[in-house]
Amino acid sequence: MLRVRNVWWIVALAAFVLFPLIETNPTWTTIGIFALIFMGCATSWNMFSGYSGYVNLGSAVSYGVGAYTITLLADHLNVPGNGDLFWLVPVGGLAAMIIAIPVGLIALRVRRHTFVVITIAIFFVFQLSAINFSFTGGTAGLQLPLIPWLETNYNKPFYYAALAIAVFAVLLSVAVRRSRFGLQLLAIRDDEDRAAGLGVKVFAVKLVGFTMSAFVVGMGGALYAIFIGQIYPQFVFDPIFDISIALMCIFGGLGTLTGPLLGALVLESTQQYLAIRFSNGSLYLIIFGSLFLVIVLFMPQGIVVFLGDWRSRRKARLAEGARVVLGEAS
Amino acid sequence: MNGTAVLHSIIDGVLTGSVYALMATGLTLIFGVMNIINVAQGIFVILGAYLSYALSVHLGIDLFVGLAITIPTLFVVGIVVERLFLTRIKGPERVVMSILVTYAVSLVIEGILNMVFSTNYVELHAWYVNRSVKVFGIYLPYIYLLGFAMAVVLLTALYVMLYRTRFGTSVRASLADQTSAALVGINVRRVSTICFGLGVAVTAAGGMIYGATNAFNASSSYDLISRLLVIIVLGGMGSLGGALVAGIMMVTIEDLVAVVWGPVWSNLSFFLILVIVLSLRPQGLFGKQSVRVA
Amino acid sequence: MTTLLSVDRVSKSFGGLQALSECSLSVEKGSITGLIGPNGSGKTTLFNVITGYEKPDSGAVTFEGTEITRASPSRVFALGVGRTFQITRIFARISVLENMLVATQRDEGWLRGLTRSKSSKSELASAMEWLDFVGIVRLADQPAGSLSFGQRKLLELAYVLVADPDVILLDEPAGGVNLTLINEIAEKIRSLNKSGKSFLIVEHNMEFVMNLCDRVTVMHQGADLVSGTPSEIRSNPLVLDAYLGGSDEYDDEEVS
Repeated sequence: MLRVRNVWWIVALAAFVLFPLIETNPTWTTIGIFALIFMGCATSWNMFSGYSGYVNLGSAVSYGVGAYTITLLADHLNVPGNGDLFWLVPVGGLAAMIIAIPVGLIALRVRRHTFVVITIAIFFVFQLSAINFSFTGGTAGLQLPLIPWLETNYNKPFYYAALAIAVFAVLLSVAVRRSRFGLQLLAIRDDEDRAAGLGVKVFAVKLVGFTMSAFVVGMGGALYAIFIGQIYPQFVFDPIFDISIALMCIFGGLGTLTGPLLGALVLESTQQYLAIRFSNGSLYLIIFGSLFLVIVLFMPQGIVVFLGDWRSRRKARLAEGARVVLGEAS
Repeated sequence: MNGTAVLHSIIDGVLTGSVYALMATGLTLIFGVMNIINVAQGIFVILGAYLSYALSVHLGIDLFVGLAITIPTLFVVGIVVERLFLTRIKGPERVVMSILVTYAVSLVIEGILNMVFSTNYVELHAWYVNRSVKVFGIYLPYIYLLGFAMAVVLLTALYVMLYRTRFGTSVRASLADQTSAALVGINVRRVSTICFGLGVAVTAAGGMIYGATNAFNASSSYDLISRLLVIIVLGGMGSLGGALVAGIMMVTIEDLVAVVWGPVWSNLSFFLILVIVLSLRPQGLFGKQSVRVA
Repeated sequence: MTTLLSVDRVSKSFGGLQALSECSLSVEKGSITGLIGPNGSGKTTLFNVITGYEKPDSGAVTFEGTEITRASPSRVFALGVGRTFQITRIFARISVLENMLVATQRDEGWLRGLTRSKSSKSELASAMEWLDFVGIVRLADQPAGSLSFGQRKLLELAYVLVADPDVILLDEPAGGVNLTLINEIAEKIRSLNKSGKSFLIVEHNMEFVMNLCDRVTVMHQGADLVSGTPSEIRSNPLVLDAYLGGSDEYDDEEVS
């Protein structure tokens, strides 16, 4: 599967690497940063939820924990506003992963559709806690040391950091898919009880997948925090984030590798662009919602699979046509 | 914190909880019969509230009288949504897909409501909205009492329908087991559509009370749907009695916590209780134990 | 002959329905034991109890001296009891070969199972061998969901064998399958039996059972009625009675 398209992966990677060198307008590179953060988060969300079928609608918990961790650490360790902050990003991911353990221990014991709701409830517990507790700064949020790089070059390091996270997420996803662990996640999706009966340690597998996914999303949140420089509880613990991530994966194709990447790239860039062009949020909601409806109803397997089917059908038709032309019996 | 305040909060909780229970019952009915989680229930509540608002402000129609218009309207809206979108959901991931589809629908409706009514907060007004009556030394807002009465009436009507009519029997059969119901000749399609309509129709009533007791705009739907989801999961998804008990219980506890520990904790407690209960009893209070599929 | 698997007066009820009542059964090491009985006699429930998918209300199940009455399915599997299902359950979205690789080897720790790479040579070889044994090796890369019914049955048999179980419980292996395939399956069972595996087979196909099994137990209304060799069973009037009359005709609650 990957062999044929290896070339394309390299081309795509090169394109992403070269992008900010060619396009220096910060508006575009900012869109790029967000797109890449979401591409990383969506890919790792898919690695757990897409593979196992346990749809996690509370991944913003990881995002927010990552953001708050890096902010609080930067404050306590008196990290000045410079490149050192980037070293704390993986720490944010680690914190998110640690928090994901008790969350997973609670949430993964229930059935699939209850799981969805309990992840939402846990999300609200975190959001409301962030709003109400003083060490998190309450609704006023917290501030990070602002990095005093020049305007025109401000985005570049963030862009490459986001790219690094995205690449890491993809490599992790590939490694998981190729491993027995990944197989077991997929088996859980298809028939969890049967998998248990075949010796798969179902709970352990789910927990590990859940926490691995949290790690990457946590890093995404941490990077977001140092990029923006100011975090508010309702922005880092944002229900729209939860749904967007799921949507990007569905849009692209749950369980595929390219799906979440494509979905995140298209949807996040569109969202950022529309947010900039149309300050009118209502129109955006209607467009987004309608688009979503169309995708889910007519291409429920996601674009990647839809296009794949379309291509194989087209190939079949072409082959058929060729046979007719060459006079062979069909 | 004194005894009267505690009693007050409990009574308030029961009164307002009954309205939440009504809306949650609609939601759990939909799930029980159709295996669909209607995340748009929240925005339908707001839609109902806005409709009541429009009728009251532009046509001077009293809020409760207006229900005669808004309830059937939302019933029709529900049926339209079900026919247009939900019938197309196929495949093994039905429940998850339903979440996404209904979420998309709610986004569109939210956008439309924002455009029509703007994002300014509004409230419903009537003579009984800000007035209270003194009962045993406690001031109870008229609207709470009227809302409670309305919820009781509607829920009773719902139960009567379920236990005394043939249609109701079909619904209960579908709730228990869709496949068997179909095998016995019940038109599960029709039952589903009507149940969805009913489940949505109750939001008109709930929405009116919500709008009369809270300032709202379209984004209030998020808080609403998260509470309704918590209620139905706590009560056990698909369990009508569960939604009723859980609805009243959760709102009452929330009000109690607000009085005893402060409003900061009351919001949190709502969700925390769900997490705790589910850790101990994954199927909710009255849900069916998940059958080990051998 | 040593007893490999023994079921001792197991009872199980679901609500008002008594599915098993004081049922006893034993599988001797190296034997092919058949389990027959009219619809609703509790055969699949018994399988579920043995393999840990259901816990009995009373009674005990012992395997190789270890009591497994309340063991979980994965533990029972790890001890060496394999089982197939009446309605084939395979992992539809992954390939046939990958289906084989899901099953863990019996005695590895969970961490090992987690970090083991999918394509360790010996495992792949072993999986391919089993696929070849059941005859579907050419379908190794196909998504399992695209297999025909008969092919799925073979796949189920294959991956139950991957873990090298000592006793294999087969739930209607010949059900819904054409005659050629039935004979093939019987052949495979015989050859596996020769190499030391014991079988407990639930089947409705009398010819299949009588030709293959060296011992047969008849179940009726949740209890074991008679046990003996095929010819003993064939001529036992109680058995005929159970099948033809006197038994309740309720829907087959065994269908998963």
